Amino acid sequence: MSTFNGNGQSIPKIGFYICHCGHNIASMVDVDKVQKYTASLPGVTVSRDYKYMCSDPGQELIQKDIKEFGLNRIVVASCSPLLHEHTFRVATEKAGLNPYFFHMVNIRENVSWVTGDKEAATDKAIDLVRAAIQRVFFHKPLVKKEVPINPDVLILGGGIAGIHAALTIANAGKKVYLVEREPTIGGHMAMFDKTFPTLDCAACILTPKMSAVKNHPNITLWSYSEVEKIEGFVGNYRATIKRKPRYVIEELCVGCMDCIDACIYKEAKYPDEFNLGMSKRKPIYIPFPQATPQVVLFDPDTCIDFKSHRCKKTCIEACDRDAIDLKQTAKYEEINIGSVILATGFKTYDAKFAPQYGYGRFPNVFTSLELERMVNASGPTSGEVLTKEGKKPKSVGIVHCVGSRDEKSNKWCSKVCCMYSLKLAHLIKEHTGAEVYNFYIDMRTPGKGYEEFYDKLMNEGVHFIRGRVAEVTDWALAAEEENKLTIRVEDTLVGVVRRIPVDMVVLSVGLEPREDASDVRRMFNISCSNEGFFLERHPKLAPVSTFTDGIFIAGACQGPKDIPDSVAQAGAAAAEVLSLICAGTIELEPNTASITEEFCSGCKSCIPLCPYSAISFKEDTKKAYINEALCKGCGTCVAACPSGSIIQNLFEDEQIFGEIEGLLRFAGIDLAGSETKGKELEHA
Amino acid sequence: MPEKPKIAFYWCASCGGCEESVVDLAEDILMVADAVDIVFWPVAMDFKKTDVETMEDGSILATMLNGAIRTSEQEEMARLIRRKSKILIAYGSCAHMGGIPALANEFERSEILKYAYEDAPSVINSQHTYPEAVYQDKSRKITLPVFRNIVRTLDQVVDVDYYLPGCPPTPKLLKQAVLTLLSGKLPPKGTVLAPDSALCEECPRKESKPADLSFEHFTRPHMILSDPEKCLLAQGLICMGPATRAGCEALCINGNMPCSGCFGPTSRVKDQGAKILSSICSNIEAKTEIAIDRVLDEIPDPVGTFYRYGLAASMLRKKIAEEV
Amino acid sequence: MPEENINKKWEPKIIAFFCNWCTYTAADLAGVSRLKYAPNVKVIRLMCSGRVDPQFILQSLASGADGVLIGGCHPGDCHYSEGNYKMLRRFRLLQRVLRSMGVEDERVRLEWISASEGEKVKTVINEMVDTIRKLGPLGLPGKISVYDKDLAELKNEIDTEIEVDIKPSGKEMVEHA
Ligand SMILES: Cc1cc2nc3c(=O)[nH]c(=O)nc-3n(C[C@H](O)[C@H](O)[C@H](O)COP(=O)(O)OP(=O)(O)OC[C@H]3O[C@@H](n4cnc5c(N)ncnc54)[C@H](O)[C@@H]3O)c2cc1C
Ligand code: SF4
Ligand code: SF4
Ligand code: FES
Repeated sequence: MSTFNGNGQSIPKIGFYICHCGHNIASMVDVDKVQKYTASLPGVTVSRDYKYMCSDPGQELIQKDIKEFGLNRIVVASCSPLLHEHTFRVATEKAGLNPYFFHMVNIRENVSWVTGDKEAATDKAIDLVRAAIQRVFFHKPLVKKEVPINPDVLILGGGIAGIHAALTIANAGKKVYLVEREPTIGGHMAMFDKTFPTLDCAACILTPKMSAVKNHPNITLWSYSEVEKIEGFVGNYRATIKRKPRYVIEELCVGCMDCIDACIYKEAKYPDEFNLGMSKRKPIYIPFPQATPQVVLFDPDTCIDFKSHRCKKTCIEACDRDAIDLKQTAKYEEINIGSVILATGFKTYDAKFAPQYGYGRFPNVFTSLELERMVNASGPTSGEVLTKEGKKPKSVGIVHCVGSRDEKSNKWCSKVCCMYSLKLAHLIKEHTGAEVYNFYIDMRTPGKGYEEFYDKLMNEGVHFIRGRVAEVTDWALAAEEENKLTIRVEDTLVGVVRRIPVDMVVLSVGLEPREDASDVRRMFNISCSNEGFFLERHPKLAPVSTFTDGIFIAGACQGPKDIPDSVAQAGAAAAEVLSLICAGTIELEPNTASITEEFCSGCKSCIPLCPYSAISFKEDTKKAYINEALCKGCGTCVAACPSGSIIQNLFEDEQIFGEIEGLLRFAGIDLAGSETKGKELEHA
Repeated sequence: MPEKPKIAFYWCASCGGCEESVVDLAEDILMVADAVDIVFWPVAMDFKKTDVETMEDGSILATMLNGAIRTSEQEEMARLIRRKSKILIAYGSCAHMGGIPALANEFERSEILKYAYEDAPSVINSQHTYPEAVYQDKSRKITLPVFRNIVRTLDQVVDVDYYLPGCPPTPKLLKQAVLTLLSGKLPPKGTVLAPDSALCEECPRKESKPADLSFEHFTRPHMILSDPEKCLLAQGLICMGPATRAGCEALCINGNMPCSGCFGPTSRVKDQGAKILSSICSNIEAKTEIAIDRVLDEIPDPVGTFYRYGLAASMLRKKIAEEV
Repeated sequence: MPEENINKKWEPKIIAFFCNWCTYTAADLAGVSRLKYAPNVKVIRLMCSGRVDPQFILQSLASGADGVLIGGCHPGDCHYSEGNYKMLRRFRLLQRVLRSMGVEDERVRLEWISASEGEKVKTVINEMVDTIRKLGPLGLPGKISVYDKDLAELKNEIDTEIEVDIKPSGKEMVEHA
């Protein structure tokens, strides 16, 4: 048991401040009552309420009181510590008090916003404040831990978001490792022909950026690679990158594609992933003409030599740069970086899960992404929109919200589908002159130039039918439905069920988290929101930060968004990273654990518990020892040390017991340390 | 010749082992007897309560009181002795933490009485006679101590100055304690007169404990032929050593039996059972509830295992039940 | 305090230990989303559920809580990778100990609540408050002080006989406070 005097600590003089937060707190918590109650608690020297504690005058109030009354503990009851703990610690420190003598009580998120009854809310606030008052008695001054920031950055995902972030940071003179899983960067955007709402050519705006990435002296591009492992903490991460074998030496290949021509397969035979299986490729291939890097790769599953070792290997003969190496194995690169941007994008909803629309059953039902490839001049049909029979459709139906805004699939609006459906409607009309029907639930076109784009489409004679499509069927009920796909829908504007026969159906599939999003999330120690997109630290104020310092997110991995928004987020993430780098160092919470050597019995119970192997057994003293630099402050070992010999700063046993007692019954702490706590000292 | 300091011994709910441990001082007892006057020691010398009552308050330098407190008579004696003694030492696990008698706190008084006076196989009590605190027989009033519904530690009844832990305390610790008392250099009040680190510190098998121990199974001493050299936990035996104060010099371990915790927790721990539970469970290998439960099934009596001596001093103190 | 106890009808008192990264954040989210839930649960923030020392749970119950709620990240999601498994294991055994000590299983609850599950914070808290309301008060430390009444009575008897004041130990004083 410690006494305040015994610890060499001052007798607490607590300053208590309760924030109205405008009406956010004051309308549900009787701020005045809490303030008066707290004033009566032992150790409390000053108790005040104020409209906005986090404002400058609010902070100055604290600082003035510290100086005037010699306060040595500060308790602020306001919003969540996740929001303003830092603010108040800084304020405390500026007034010359160690910032860890500050403690925050959350009476907004935890009380006023979640309670419906003022009396109950006030009582709850009082309990929480009492706990905090009792807790701060046991606070100790702590030294801040500062660690340097390694200026190198890892970016995961080479879609438009990753590309933009990489270029921004590299242009600022910092080193970037861009790791892309696929053989080429570009992400989804590389698949499109045109982009809404301006209809500028996707390749024209993306390809220059892709080659800029490739050629930038500050960017190391590792395509066809994945992160195997990451460990460390903000400023000091260490990652292992697995570079999957392409069986082609990247440094030697110039992308002349002679090998592809020379392949023993005269005809391409295997489904081409980039074209979503709508065309064929050879076992040696390049995803698309502008692929970056311009390096071919082998598909070992289809290459004869990989299967039987009996191929003539005409490809190797054809390569005058000796770039082909069929014995290549995965390579592992270890890098040290200080921060990470995750820009792993999205995947589209699998239309097979909406069987009523016949995808996979009717050859002429396509997904929007397939159509993007089809309208693309370098796509499987060289830009022609054709039915499976190879004919130009006379009529096309575009079904919006497939897999979006639906309790049975995904509840959210995928945000870009209305707009890309309009774009596709325009392109289809342009390419085929067909009648195009858009079936929508609501038309969502907020954004600069977006509504105007919609207007333009209406004037182009595209039909708009409001209603969620019930089904797509080949069961003809009338002559004009013969050999067609009939779209059955309730036109909610007119209130009738309509049947519209078309030659081709396009399903505007929604955006979803990638399949491996939760693996990536775990690896990088961040959270996902309910749908599975990466969770931002704060939806408004920290939209590209995560709860793990030094890990940022950008683009569609955070939630459905279009290219302009993805780029904007990428820029924001780059700015966050640069601000970390420019600061050079970062303060870490000093909430690490330490073992009191004198007390430790060397029982070794704690050693296997630490996830960071921060605890080791010192052979000379036969005691356990925590390497503070490795400890991240989870407190698991503290809870488990059977002899109570480990202490966690900021979360000491006494502090927690103080909170418990404070919440339940204020046992009161004797200030002079003479009564409950200090008996042992007086005696003797 | 100056008067020799007065020392007393007393016993409450205990087995007599603590008294035995005083005798175990062997030759040293002569040293003690030389240095002090033993003014009250019911087990060895014939004194009456009234003898104590007539002493002046605070006239005994120190009393070593062993045993937990269960009856009103024990409470009364504890108070009397407290008043007469300058220093009161809770002697042995029972006075310190309740000890074995405090395992009764897992039951209600009525359950205990019913078993003792009716259900026990050796009892025949067709008239359902139970002891009563006050019995009025014509003009005669006979009183018996009241059997309380809770077993208490000594410091839950009276103020205690020091604790001498162990079931029983070792002669070495007793001797040290007496020497300390005589020297006049008293440690802070509330001190447990034993080292403040855990038993592993002085365990001869410490070296053999692996640094990456995790538990897949637990076993019990009668179920295996245990290796006499190897850390008992590493053999799957629940050893309380890591959560128990050192000072016994690993007596049980040297007898190839796991520590059962009689020295109580270190000063930094409030609930010995909770802490050993926390430590052992954290290191269980299994990750799913089913698999974890399977391993835990191998600890058939967790309260009896983790709180063998400490139930009365534990945070919950007693099973929560209706009867008062 | 005493008047308060008489005038107000009993309300479950529950202490919650929430890990900083998931459950505490989820509780913040519940707040930001203005979800309303019972006011009986008071949260103590810890960095990880692995920090929850079983002593915290016992102390809470002993000091008057009717229930304890522990909230951590879902298995596999702990910010410190496995703190929540460690808590789970302690919890499973602590439940057995508590059962033997007459504390119903429902009074101590372990829940995995991720940062995005604000809604779950609400349902779990409401559910738990309901359950505990049905169970009634746990009764500590009151039950012990009832036992201690005999102690005090006897003490009074002796004191009036002999007129010497003996200071009771600190523990009792706390219970009467
Ligand atoms: C049919 C359709 C049409 C669209 N049309 C338009 C349009 O016209 N205009 C517009 O503004 N928006 C449009 N969008 C939206 C647009 O696609 C997105 O806004 C944009 O692609 C988001 O970019 P991103 O970089 O975040 O993600 P992505 O483009 O998905 O890129 C993510 C990249 O990360 C890589 N990756 C993923 N996981 C890993 C991993 N674990 N390791 C390494 N790399 C990984 C992927 O391979 C990919 O290259 C359309 C969307 C669809 C579905
Ligand atoms: S658990 Fe505690 S006593 Fe055991 S080795 Fe670790 S710090 Fe030392
Ligand atoms: S607090 Fe957590 S991270 Fe730190 S040493 Fe203990 S177990 Fe390891
Ligand atoms: S951080 Fe949430 S349980 Fe470990």
